Amino acid sequence: MNEIPGLFNYWVVVFLMMAGFYVVISQGNLVKKLVGLGLFQASVFILYITMGNLSGGQAPIVTEGIFIYSNPLPHVLILTAIVVGVATTAVGLALIIRIHEAYGSVEEDEIHALDTADDEARLKEGAGRGESSE
Amino acid sequence: MLIAIAAIRMRDLFGVVILFGVYSLLTAVLFMDLDAVDVAFTEAAVGAGVTTVLLLSSLRLTGRWEAPPKHNPLFSLLVVGVTGAALVYATLDAPLLGDPTAPVHKHVAPRYLQEAAGEVGMPNIVTAVLASYRGYDTFGETLVVFTAGLAVLLLLGFQEKGNPRIETSAIQEQVVLKVVVKLLIPLILLYALYVQFHGDFGAGGGFQAGVIFATGFILYDMVFGAGNARSVMPAAWLPRLAALGVLIYGGVGVYSMLAGKAFLDYSALSSDPVHGQHLGVLLVELGVGITVFSIVLAIFYALSGRRRQS
Repeated sequence: MNEIPGLFNYWVVVFLMMAGFYVVISQGNLVKKLVGLGLFQASVFILYITMGNLSGGQAPIVTEGIFIYSNPLPHVLILTAIVVGVATTAVGLALIIRIHEAYGSVEEDEIHALDTADDEARLKEGAGRGESSE
Repeated sequence: MLIAIAAIRMRDLFGVVILFGVYSLLTAVLFMDLDAVDVAFTEAAVGAGVTTVLLLSSLRLTGRWEAPPKHNPLFSLLVVGVTGAALVYATLDAPLLGDPTAPVHKHVAPRYLQEAAGEVGMPNIVTAVLASYRGYDTFGETLVVFTAGLAVLLLLGFQEKGNPRIETSAIQEQVVLKVVVKLLIPLILLYALYVQFHGDFGAGGGFQAGVIFATGFILYDMVFGAGNARSVMPAAWLPRLAALGVLIYGGVGVYSMLAGKAFLDYSALSSDPVHGQHLGVLLVELGVGITVFSIVLAIFYALSGRRRQS
């Protein structure tokens, strides 16, 4: 039974990761998909920081009289990952904005429908002229 | 966890974004509890602050409401459930929380903890590892941030030309808000500088400072109307500033190579290796701070400037 508190953090991570995963695969709205990716990402951050923790440890800033510190390496990795994460999220948002300007929608289904309609129109046009119009 | 579920169920995207900000803040609290002060700091500044602002400004462009779901969620739930169960099964073999014999604590971490204070000469080991031992990684990550910022600018346009228009909006009528923000902004900027240069000793460093500095400008832009912040910090400068930051970082590396040491070996910067390390970390963090600041602000300008065009 004493494994339960020790593993609880991992289960939180798994839960959050699956929540993000669910949003990414099941929701049609692109902005919401990005939020889902953010959830997923944050769960990975928690996983790393959990691994770096040490019972009885302190924050890794050297001070007199403290001998146990948390592992600084995961902290470094995640610190930079967070900032990189916001930058990549911004790239995603910029793409979504361009998609919105091109299609007038950020719903995956509507974009697919527009694409299919576009393709069919193009196919008909190509069949009429006997060549593909690209 | 509950907030995550609420965020999934909501179809009002505005609410989703705000809940996501709250979730980030709670994550930061959790990091604090797990002794990761630097990470908590970054998460609070970036996740709860900047990400929310960026998401909101793009919501202005794409619409607030989500269409009702058309698919049956059962299949995705099944996939998610099976994956989750597999992962939980995998955690049964994982080391317990806080276990000192876990493999992650066995490899290089003890060396960092024991030697960093003597070799790099700064108490904050996270900063020492970030800028000195793993300087290559951080250089790469700064470049990733730089590239991502450029990608956003290429997608949304640089807007270097044209005079910024000063627009009036409803928020500008709020006198109390304006006065408070006016008082807060110098403090935010000052705090960012403190975080930048005190990162060797306490929690903080270039990444956080850049974000906080940018937050000051974003706040100014939001409350005093689009255009005001642009006249203080023109959008055309930002890509150049970002490049300058990367250049400082890379320049330190090249300099140490010219001085006969390896790339990014800061002990070449001074006759005393520890002093050289200190100087190198300071310069490198400055480069990181400048790049992060200008990229975050450039992304915000690009997203909010788009709003005014459409």
